[in-house]
Amino acid sequence: MDYFDPHIHMVSRTTDDYATLARMGCVGMSEPAFWAGFDRGSAASFRDYFRQLTEFERSRAANYGIAHYTWLCINAKEAENVELSREVIAMIPEFLERPNVLGIGEIGLNKNTKNESIVFLEHLDVAAKYDELVLIHTPHLHDKYLGTRMILDMLVKDARLKPQRVLVDHVEEHTIGEVLDRGFWAGMTLYPVSKCTPARAADMVEQFGTERLCVNSAGDWGPSQPTAVPNFIFEMRRRGHSEATIRKIVYENPLTFFRQCRRFQFAPRL
Amino acid sequence: MSPPANSLPANSPLANSPLANSPLATVGSPMTAQQVLDREFLEVRARVLKIAATLDRIDRSAAPAADAGRMEQIRQGLQILLSDAPDRARQVQMLFSLPYRSDWPQQLGVPLENRG
Ligand SMILES: [Zn+2]
Repeated sequence: MDYFDPHIHMVSRTTDDYATLARMGCVGMSEPAFWAGFDRGSAASFRDYFRQLTEFERSRAANYGIAHYTWLCINAKEAENVELSREVIAMIPEFLERPNVLGIGEIGLNKNTKNESIVFLEHLDVAAKYDELVLIHTPHLHDKYLGTRMILDMLVKDARLKPQRVLVDHVEEHTIGEVLDRGFWAGMTLYPVSKCTPARAADMVEQFGTERLCVNSAGDWGPSQPTAVPNFIFEMRRRGHSEATIRKIVYENPLTFFRQCRRFQFAPRL
Repeated sequence: MSPPANSLPANSPLANSPLANSPLATVGSPMTAQQVLDREFLEVRARVLKIAATLDRIDRSAAPAADAGRMEQIRQGLQILLSDAPDRARQVQMLFSLPYRSDWPQQLGVPLENRG
């Protein structure tokens, strides 16, 4: 089945991974800007990263017939440095009109601190000013519920942002209901250790339906599985769900969300 | 007025959960309860055994004793599993979550009013 992985960090993956994903049916992916595993030293380092996301990864993916899209920001882990964050945020508009850019992301909270909240709000300002889509990272483990509620509070207080143009990622059983009920898109991240399994993601589909819901691998430089979306497809099939239901979640939903971006172009396979 | 197709019936055990008032149409499980049990039985058995062996190992290990707060969380988690609630996974998640307070902007000193 053709599918999209709407959240994967390919700069941390090998070309062999692109080849594997293409063979498993991946026709498109979106790569949010993320933490490198160490704090970057300067805004110039982010400029190089944004070039990698908008130039090199796009062509590396194209070699395997995969459409590569991306999101720009300084991530929550580095947002404690407000001065550096402001330099990076000021640079984002330079890159916004590049053809594979979908919007601002993955912004959000990590430890739910004051500085993270301030930098999150300043990113939202850029998204509102330039009318960009937003992709949101929610924290992990015991911080997730509080952080997700804080993020939702900040989003609904800003009348410029339309919920249907915002995807809140890494939802789990205790956060998915509120995200969907308030009109936002939700992403379920399939991860071997700290997040959700394919079975629990399928459980949430069964309970919450298929509207405004996506699944992703969030594959990165840590323990993660870039092939997690095909694992989800397999789990849904094993349970007896229809191909139409599965396809809506892994293909049609990401396309519907991305098509709200004025730059988005995608040619489905013939 | 009759409820929309696929929405929760009034007598659903989920009537008190956050799902109850959701406008979202659920997909439901195509498998019977027996099919789910047949598929998952050995997996659940293995996980229950793993928890039992871990609790035994904590008990027979030397001082200092395991952190009482986290041991209590585990005990409460096991209590949730023994209940008949329809949303045990959500309840376990909440048990292991920091609480939310709506006055967090004042507490942190983050100005949230008059945006946009
Ligand atoms: Zn990510």
